[in-house]
Amino acid sequence: MLRPMLTLLLSISCLSPVFADDVVTPVAPVSTAVDAVAISPVSKFVLADFDGQMALIEHWPDSPASLENLFTALENDQLYADAKGHAYLMQSDGTFTDYVTDQKANVSADALTAISLNNAMRTAIDEHRAKAGLMAADVATRQAAATTLAADPLSVDDAILTERLKVEKAPSVLAILTRIQAQKDMASGDAKRELAGAESLASSNDPEILNLVQEKLADPSISPTLKAALTSAEHKIALKIKGSEWGGYLFSGLSMASILLLAALGLAITYGLLGVINMAHGELIMIGAYTTYVMQGLFNHYLPSIADGYLFAAIPAAFLVSAVIGMIIERIVIRPLYGRQLETLLATFGVSLILMQLVRMIFGAQNVEVANASWMSGGVIISPSLTLPYSRIAIIGFTLAVLLAVKWLISGTRFGLFVRAVTQNRQMARAIGVRSSRIDMLAFGLGSGLAGLAGCALSQIGNVGPDLGQNYIVDAFLVVVVGGVGQLLGAMLAAFGLGVSGKFLEVMMGAVLAKILLLGLIILFIQRRPQGLFAVKGRFVE
Amino acid sequence: MIISNVLKLFAGNKWGAVSIAVSFLILLLLPLLHLLPSDSAFYLSAYWITLLGKIMCFALVALALDLVWGYAGILSLGHGLYFALGGYCFGMYLMREASPDALPPFMVFLDWKALPWYWTGSQHLWWASLLVILVPGLVAFIFGYFAFRSKIKGVYFSIITQAMTFAATLLFFRNETGFGGNNGFTGFTTIMGYSITSPTTRVVLCMLTAVSLMLCFVGLRYLMSLPFGRVLGAVRDSENRLRFLGYRTQWYKLTAWTLSAVIAGIAGALYVPQVGIINPSEMGASNSIEMAVWVAMGGRGTLIGPLLGAGIVNAAKSYFTVAYPEVWLLLLGGLFIVVTLFLPYGIVGLFKQLQHSKFFAKREGK
Repeated sequence: MLRPMLTLLLSISCLSPVFADDVVTPVAPVSTAVDAVAISPVSKFVLADFDGQMALIEHWPDSPASLENLFTALENDQLYADAKGHAYLMQSDGTFTDYVTDQKANVSADALTAISLNNAMRTAIDEHRAKAGLMAADVATRQAAATTLAADPLSVDDAILTERLKVEKAPSVLAILTRIQAQKDMASGDAKRELAGAESLASSNDPEILNLVQEKLADPSISPTLKAALTSAEHKIALKIKGSEWGGYLFSGLSMASILLLAALGLAITYGLLGVINMAHGELIMIGAYTTYVMQGLFNHYLPSIADGYLFAAIPAAFLVSAVIGMIIERIVIRPLYGRQLETLLATFGVSLILMQLVRMIFGAQNVEVANASWMSGGVIISPSLTLPYSRIAIIGFTLAVLLAVKWLISGTRFGLFVRAVTQNRQMARAIGVRSSRIDMLAFGLGSGLAGLAGCALSQIGNVGPDLGQNYIVDAFLVVVVGGVGQLLGAMLAAFGLGVSGKFLEVMMGAVLAKILLLGLIILFIQRRPQGLFAVKGRFVE
Repeated sequence: MIISNVLKLFAGNKWGAVSIAVSFLILLLLPLLHLLPSDSAFYLSAYWITLLGKIMCFALVALALDLVWGYAGILSLGHGLYFALGGYCFGMYLMREASPDALPPFMVFLDWKALPWYWTGSQHLWWASLLVILVPGLVAFIFGYFAFRSKIKGVYFSIITQAMTFAATLLFFRNETGFGGNNGFTGFTTIMGYSITSPTTRVVLCMLTAVSLMLCFVGLRYLMSLPFGRVLGAVRDSENRLRFLGYRTQWYKLTAWTLSAVIAGIAGALYVPQVGIINPSEMGASNSIEMAVWVAMGGRGTLIGPLLGAGIVNAAKSYFTVAYPEVWLLLLGGLFIVVTLFLPYGIVGLFKQLQHSKFFAKREGK
């Protein structure tokens, strides 16, 4: 009796949905269906309303990689969903694949709705990515992430910031994070926090923080204690920025000096050892630069896979090409003129005109493009206002290496011994069997090769054109004149002095006036020491 | 008395004197052909008369350079500076003539309200002419005083003159200097109220240049025949010996140096109204070195040689830069080499070498 009655009751309840709804559950039938599909985070996302989606971005239940996939799909406007919460990806040909299984799905666009982004969500995504980026192992990623966050510092999460500030080591990232922290502190409105912020700011050396402090100082409503703290912070930051600025000037002065030295080194050899005024030295520098340009072209054409390595081939090539041309010049033009300095000056000036014109006819009168090797771009960041470019560091190092090599060549080898012998007493050297004319040629070739090396280095930091040499020849001569004839140490000190003081004068009064003043100072200096820093001692009166 | 002395100068070489006199007479009278009707067979166009005037100005600089290089043995690589300084001084007058009541256009462009102090009085021809002599002279005197006092010589001196020219070029390239910066002075209209492009003015200027050239040539030749000239030659050959004998050589050198700068300045002043432009490239280092090759080519220490050298090189230059512009620099460079290697005494030396080959035996020791 009982069983049929129960069966009847159940069938009645099933047959009347209204009744069942009221009694059983308020959940929509759709929801039940989704549960059946196995609810993925994507389904939750596509079904949620705006607030829910924002919350999901903040607290993603699945792996970061899957969140990144979602972001990509959203940004490409690929994400579609049906009413049940199935997510599909639209492919470039207009067909759809299932988001979860990645299988081809047989659905039509009419049944689906596109899930699109609005600006608030875009910002949320950017921020989320930035926060994730802050944890990345790679410094560049962390820096990019921090820069993104710095655009809207007030929205950065306190907890994350505090934690990252503790562990972050890279100065570039740290500087940005500190700035964000400072901006948050300053905007917090809490007097204690502002004060603490002001004190922590004092240790910064970032020009943007200086701006921030000055902005806050301009606000008339701040308390006297905060004002005092900010003022002292302002002074400290300004001092540090000044310091790193001058550090930067010193560095560029040093690199200027090393360029001067490179340009003058070969000249010091041809003038100091041989007594030849080589006005074509500048053009030999130019030839070195053009050789670098040609090597770059060859590498790009024949060895594109190691195109960046062209510099390593260009250095010996520049040396050899310039040296060979120098030796030819020595044979033809200079040999008959030894001992007649003014005549060598005129004749080599003629050579320089010819070389310049030849280069113009071969490569054109325009500057040619020599690209920096990629490993030379960028630089060491010492502080936010001081970056030392790798190319300049490389030139300083290169100059030192060349200087040492020359020193060794002149004072440590048999060739150097012969050169010195011929310089001191040609007759005597010949008498004991030194082939002086051969030594002359080789020494001139060495000087010319050094010019080629200088050209190779200069091609990395400036324009390469037919007039390249003209820009350096006067300076190079001044280095030799100030340094004293044939004195490597003198040339080094002179280049150092001229380069650094030139840079500092330039900062104070502008490039042209600095140059003029420097020339004036050199003329006065030569009044005091007509033979340069290190005079050749001896009995030669004239 | 001076005239009889000058005549005596040429007594030794009558035919040479006659040919020089005839050449100068031709140079003096040639500009007059510009006044002929333009369909006449002997008519000289404005191009040719400008070229003639220009070359004579360059010859004047070469003369000035020969005084210091050929006689005193000081090679200046900076005579372009004195040439340009003279040109700028006279250019100031011409600019004031072109805009009598207003500022020169480049100053208006820079939004300047008044002329800089150093333009004071430049509207008077006499003051501008005085500046043409004073400015190069003063600059040369100050520079020379310091340089010769500390016995800078030879290559050092040459390099420093070059550096000085370089510095001056940088200075004049700046707009703030008040000399028109990159473009320099141009757009002249009148000189003493006469149109600067009228045939008569051109002829007068050209003849004036010829007269200056002649006067400087004869004057320097006379000067070099005096004891002063002998001392200069001795400075060139052995300055130390001369000092030990009690001569204060630095003052001899300084006098020659300053005089040379003044002549170069006058040449510049004559150059500007005829060519119609002066800009910083005129004083550039390579221009100055080119002057040295004019002298070397003609023959140093002869006074007539530099005139020939300047004439030949510049005539060739104006031909080649139009006909084969690419070849010109190659030729000029080759000229530098050939002259120094094969013509140590220049063209004049070559003639004499052919005349009697023992001529140089006496001077070989140098």
